[in-house]
Amino acid sequence: MDLRTTYMGMELKHPIVASASPLSGTVANIKRLEDAGASAVIMFSLFEEQLQQESAALEYLMTAGTESFAESLNYFPRMSDYTVGPDSYLNLLRNASETVDIPVIGSLNGITNTGWIDYARSMQQAGARGIELNIYYIPADLNISGREVEDRYIEILKSVKAAVSLPVAVKLNPFFSAIGSMAKALDDAGADALVFFNRFYQPDFDLNKMEVMPNLQLSTTEEIRLPLLWLAILYGRLQASLGATRGVHSPVEVVKYLMAGADVVMTTSALLKNGIDYLSNLRDGLSTWMDMHNYVSVAQMKGSMSQHNVTDPTAFERANYIKILESYKGDYTA
Amino acid sequence: MIERKVTTIDGNEAAAYVAYRINEICTIYPITPSSTMAELADQWASEGIKNIWGSIPLVVEMQHEGGAAGAAHGALQTGALTTTFTASQGLLLMIPNMYKIAGELTSAVFHVAARALATQGLSIFGDHQDVMSVRSTGFCMLASASVQEAHDMALIAQAATLEARVPFIHFFDGFRTSHEINKITLLTEDEMRKIIRDDLVLDHRYRALSPERPFIRGTAQNPDTYFQARETVNPFYAKVPEIVQSVMDKFAEVTGRRYNLFDYFGDPDAERVIIIMGSGADTARETVNYLNNNYSEKLGVLQVRLYQPLSALHFLANLPNSVKSIAVLERTKEPGATGEPMYLEIVNTLVEAQQTTGLRMLPHVIGGRYGLSSKEFTPAMCKAVFDELSKDKPKNHFTVGIIDDVMHTSLNVDTSFVIESDEVVRAMFFGLGADGTVGANKNSIKIIGEDPEFYAQGYFVYDSKKSGSQTVSHLRFGHNPIQSPYLVQSANFIGIHQFNFLDRGDVLSRAAPRAVVLLNTSPHEPEEVWDKIALPIQEEIIAKKLELYGINAEKVSRDNGMGSRINTIMQTCFFAISKVLPRESAIDKIKHSIEKTYSRKGDEVVRKNFIAVDNTLVNLHRIPVPEQATSKRALPAIVPANAPAFVQKVTAMMIAGRGDELPVSALPVDGTYPSATTKWEKRNISNFIPIWEPDICIQCGNCSMVCPHGVIRSKFYHQSSLEKAPSAFKTAPIDARGFPDIRYTLQVYLEDCTGCSLCVEACPVKSKEKASRKAINMALKAPVLEDEQANISFFETLPEVDRGRVDFSTVRGVQFLPPLFEFSGACSGCGETPYVKLLSQLFGDRLLVANATGCSSIYGGNQPTTPWSVNSEGRGPAWSNSLFEDNAEFGLGFRLTSDKHLTYARELLKELSSIDKELVESLLEAEQVTEIDIRRQRDRVTEVKKKLENITDPRAAQLLAIIDHLVRRSIWIVGGDGWAYDIGSSGVDHVLASGRDVNILVMDTEVYSNTGGQMSKATPLGAVAKFAAAGKSVGKKDLALQAISYGNVYVARVALGANPQQTLLAFREAEAYPGTSLILAYSHCIAHGINMQRGLDQQRLAVESGHWPLVRYNPAVRESCENPFVLDSARPKIPLKKYAYNEVRYRVLAHTNPKEAEHLMELGQQAINQRWSIYEEMATSSGAVFQPKFK
Repeated sequence: MDLRTTYMGMELKHPIVASASPLSGTVANIKRLEDAGASAVIMFSLFEEQLQQESAALEYLMTAGTESFAESLNYFPRMSDYTVGPDSYLNLLRNASETVDIPVIGSLNGITNTGWIDYARSMQQAGARGIELNIYYIPADLNISGREVEDRYIEILKSVKAAVSLPVAVKLNPFFSAIGSMAKALDDAGADALVFFNRFYQPDFDLNKMEVMPNLQLSTTEEIRLPLLWLAILYGRLQASLGATRGVHSPVEVVKYLMAGADVVMTTSALLKNGIDYLSNLRDGLSTWMDMHNYVSVAQMKGSMSQHNVTDPTAFERANYIKILESYKGDYTA
Repeated sequence: MIERKVTTIDGNEAAAYVAYRINEICTIYPITPSSTMAELADQWASEGIKNIWGSIPLVVEMQHEGGAAGAAHGALQTGALTTTFTASQGLLLMIPNMYKIAGELTSAVFHVAARALATQGLSIFGDHQDVMSVRSTGFCMLASASVQEAHDMALIAQAATLEARVPFIHFFDGFRTSHEINKITLLTEDEMRKIIRDDLVLDHRYRALSPERPFIRGTAQNPDTYFQARETVNPFYAKVPEIVQSVMDKFAEVTGRRYNLFDYFGDPDAERVIIIMGSGADTARETVNYLNNNYSEKLGVLQVRLYQPLSALHFLANLPNSVKSIAVLERTKEPGATGEPMYLEIVNTLVEAQQTTGLRMLPHVIGGRYGLSSKEFTPAMCKAVFDELSKDKPKNHFTVGIIDDVMHTSLNVDTSFVIESDEVVRAMFFGLGADGTVGANKNSIKIIGEDPEFYAQGYFVYDSKKSGSQTVSHLRFGHNPIQSPYLVQSANFIGIHQFNFLDRGDVLSRAAPRAVVLLNTSPHEPEEVWDKIALPIQEEIIAKKLELYGINAEKVSRDNGMGSRINTIMQTCFFAISKVLPRESAIDKIKHSIEKTYSRKGDEVVRKNFIAVDNTLVNLHRIPVPEQATSKRALPAIVPANAPAFVQKVTAMMIAGRGDELPVSALPVDGTYPSATTKWEKRNISNFIPIWEPDICIQCGNCSMVCPHGVIRSKFYHQSSLEKAPSAFKTAPIDARGFPDIRYTLQVYLEDCTGCSLCVEACPVKSKEKASRKAINMALKAPVLEDEQANISFFETLPEVDRGRVDFSTVRGVQFLPPLFEFSGACSGCGETPYVKLLSQLFGDRLLVANATGCSSIYGGNQPTTPWSVNSEGRGPAWSNSLFEDNAEFGLGFRLTSDKHLTYARELLKELSSIDKELVESLLEAEQVTEIDIRRQRDRVTEVKKKLENITDPRAAQLLAIIDHLVRRSIWIVGGDGWAYDIGSSGVDHVLASGRDVNILVMDTEVYSNTGGQMSKATPLGAVAKFAAAGKSVGKKDLALQAISYGNVYVARVALGANPQQTLLAFREAEAYPGTSLILAYSHCIAHGINMQRGLDQQRLAVESGHWPLVRYNPAVRESCENPFVLDSARPKIPLKKYAYNEVRYRVLAHTNPKEAEHLMELGQQAINQRWSIYEEMATSSGAVFQPKFK
């Protein structure tokens, strides 16, 4: 059975990729991901803002109260070699790339143009096989239009593409008015892959403390629907590879994503919940499913249920909504 | 040709740089002002910097200086080249070992940043009292006068000790030299190797103890031989002067810098000569040059370098034959002596010379004291000494630099005598500790010092507060080496970095005519600022024709995203208008420095700083100065008119920075100062203060409990009291049923608030309508200041709550007990002071506090003002600080007196038959548990006192003097972890074992906070601290378990931020327990590298992670055979990481050495798990597993 797939120009042994998560925080874990059968690993994101804030916080806190009182002119040893830059991330990336055979893809979240460009270059030098742009941007400023937001995505992609020779993926959020058009624009701007969809850290309220709590819940299988929709719509219409992420908890979601048109299927929640070794279950489950259903290759499945290839393409558009309402009654209700 | 490196560093670094490189072992302990030497040694070792033999020295922190000396002694005896660094009391603790080291003829150098001794008061500042106290130990004494000399003499001393076999103290003036930054030429490794002879190093090694060639050293000797053996060392001392001189000669050959045992400067035919050592020698030299050159005087100065042994031969050879009168100036004081030691030695040398060598004429010699505790020694003072020498009958045993109106020892000084040259830029900067002024100035010195054409000098003066402290920087720049070891006398540039400093009145007093003055005009704009300046200051500006520039620095800083630190902005202004360097090149250099500092933080940060520099220049304006002063505003009074006389006369002068002007007669003779004086010093250091919202408040008392500065007070009162209340006075019905007429007010003393916001953090309620609004919220002070001043005045007229009506067992109740520890100078948001304040609230009117040296003795007892206060009856805590090392014993002494006098008073009471028997009985039998019991006992004591006054029996007078002891005293021994875990550990242990009724409160910050964050045995595993730059690899000592092991000690571990109720319970139980008690109180600290506003949260997380389990062990419970050990906190529910990584002390290791950080964090977690299981087992065992109750 041929499970091979191609993503961002790289041939992978199979389509199941470990997506950006804390699991890629150590070389040992990345090695375990490889051993568990991941075909590629996306590193956790390098957050430029976090580096900046960490650096500012460390400097502030290490100098707070200094040069004020004759006996205690400072409170910490002089730390000549401490750095709050990207070094530890890049070292990890470098070590991981040297340790494992599968491709290690860097993930980057910048806040300044120089940040995007410099860190992308550094990742390339550190041995990343590709870069995923994790553009996290809440347009809370009411004066920023949708068009400006879209332009920003395009601009970042172009800057990074110009700076590195590596393939570059963009992880999208689902809140564009016209996702198809946005995907097309990114495709035109040279994206090597588009990944659907990013999960934001959305806030919750703590009613005891009356405080906002930013937290992240693990995804559920229900969440595959939105990516599934857009993968199915976009399949075959763009140059870029398509990545699916969100809600992959069993081989069933893998199959669905592939059928919608994904080149790779990424998972984190299932591994956080069940452990790294669960990745092999997904891969073996895919293989078993294909075997049971007489598929001989992933290529065969890919996009088989995409909008282009289903009997009623409008099912993915407005009719899709109607169909759901109809089915809501259930097969056995009057 | 040797390539020499020139650098700008301070004296401590200059000395340590050499000492580290020519030794193998450094045994260290922190003490101001020498700590930096030890810190640097430790840091260099952790960075892998090697000594001149290619090996990394071993740097080991000991539990106190006695330990450091002991370990040094052992290391020396076993053949390692060993040094230590110390000062003041630390040197005194080394004395026993110093006798041994010298007696055994051991080659070693101790480097000392010489400092005053604790006598009538402690002083961290510089003089020679410490080194003069060890002159009989047998150590030779080599004095440095400057930063360069501190560097060079460190090497010369080491070379000399190796050859002479006699140990040396190498000392230089604390602060003046140890902390002065100056441009020096660094010794190269090659130069050091040329001076240190390896053959002598090997000799040192072969003299060592070794089982391969065994012998014993350090025997006990008997009357038959001890004396003779003591005399055996004489030839070694006799050779010392020649050896030192020969090393100095060799040093000159190698480096080109020449020193001699005595260096004479001045006219070769001088008639008047000053003899002096230390930094004052440079001042004397400058003055002599000036007077000889400008006034054709015949003056000279003899600088003493090798003070001990003082070589008569070299001394006489260097003293001009022409000399008629000599003044020996000494930075020390030996009360009752016939003169200070060097004076006596010089007189003796001259007399002996006359007797033995026929010295032609004995000059007239006088001795005088100067510069104690870093008192300034200026050219004007030096001139005063020369003037005195020219008199027929010069005053002997004089003082210079003070006004002695008691014994009239002081010389008159003409302060207008200023010799500073205009070729030198002399700049003064007045800043806040928090605004980064000193840091920026150090950076400026570096920038200018790096220019080969320039020399630079910097010295910094700090005030005595840890929050809102003011700094004065004294900088000099010029094209020739700068050796003026005194503050700038006449500044041609003055930077005033906070507008309100102008109201202090003295910031322009040292401005030279036509000086450039740079003013941060915030909150005003430069265009409008002239009218805001007080009249006397305007007049001074006009009279001195000062060139005034202004910038609204805070606005520029904010607008450029730089927050409240205005340092870069003010530094840019200085470079732009001071003309030290051409403007364009100066700005380029600033930008270059910014690039160097911030390049690792990314281009964006650099760019932001560059923009700030450019915008600074745009916003810097010359302020036109009119010909006439126009202001209608006078300078505000330093203290209010209703302050007590002592505060008006003495304290106010110190507050105003004019303490130097106070004469001897103004000061108490024995170090006794009045309590309750912080309230007269309205510091107004925070622009933001808490505002109470009566409608939201639930009157829980949490805010008041956690306030580190005692600025939040509560009262309840009858509503009729409100008749004369100001209209803005806030009040609410008391939140208790059944008291419809009773009102409640929470009053913020906003002028004393430091703006830490802990109160807001502790407030548990939020507005129903707006979640961001609590019952107490931070807001701008200015709009409410006037109203609140009136409110405070009215609040103070409301009656104090009757202590008998207060529920002492709840946080809610305790808020009504007025704090008798208020408005201290502790850090904003201090984690210690809430405990101290609580102590004062609960037991203040019968409280005796023995306070170990450290943060608490500084914020509790540093002049000018005293936070320990008094209640409305005039009673309050009686406080004293003895030393760092002896506090437990000191406090035990309080108890011994109390116990003895109580017994004696009881005996006398029984003996005096004329006192009513019933009264005697009730006095003797009274139970004193509750506040009401104590109040009743006080009444009985008052009654019996009245009777005693009328009894003629002499025993009545005896009883009257001690009868107050019948009211139970609450004795607390208070200090930090450096004291309790390290230096005072044996004393704490002994007191714990004594069974006496004392209470030990350890405010555990897990680090030496007061001296700047050095590791103690309380420092937790994995935390970075000074002396543990690579993260502490050993766990924290469990002092609680240690104390519990005695069985009869009450022990509690508390954290106010995690469980204030448990803290309160522990304090009350400890005090009630009639034996020894120990409370370990978690105290968040600025040295943890936390946002102090989050201090309480960190306390909670410390408990929730199991790092700081809350426990109580109450031996009293053993009476009922119950388990005395109670675990008050729940099983750890968060990992250690979640608590630890909020703090820089842990987090920084994750950046410097992530692997080690992870490893130590894992070990830390394991240690927590293990300890928790032990505690759980103890808490669930039967009481029988603990020590039985001893009778």
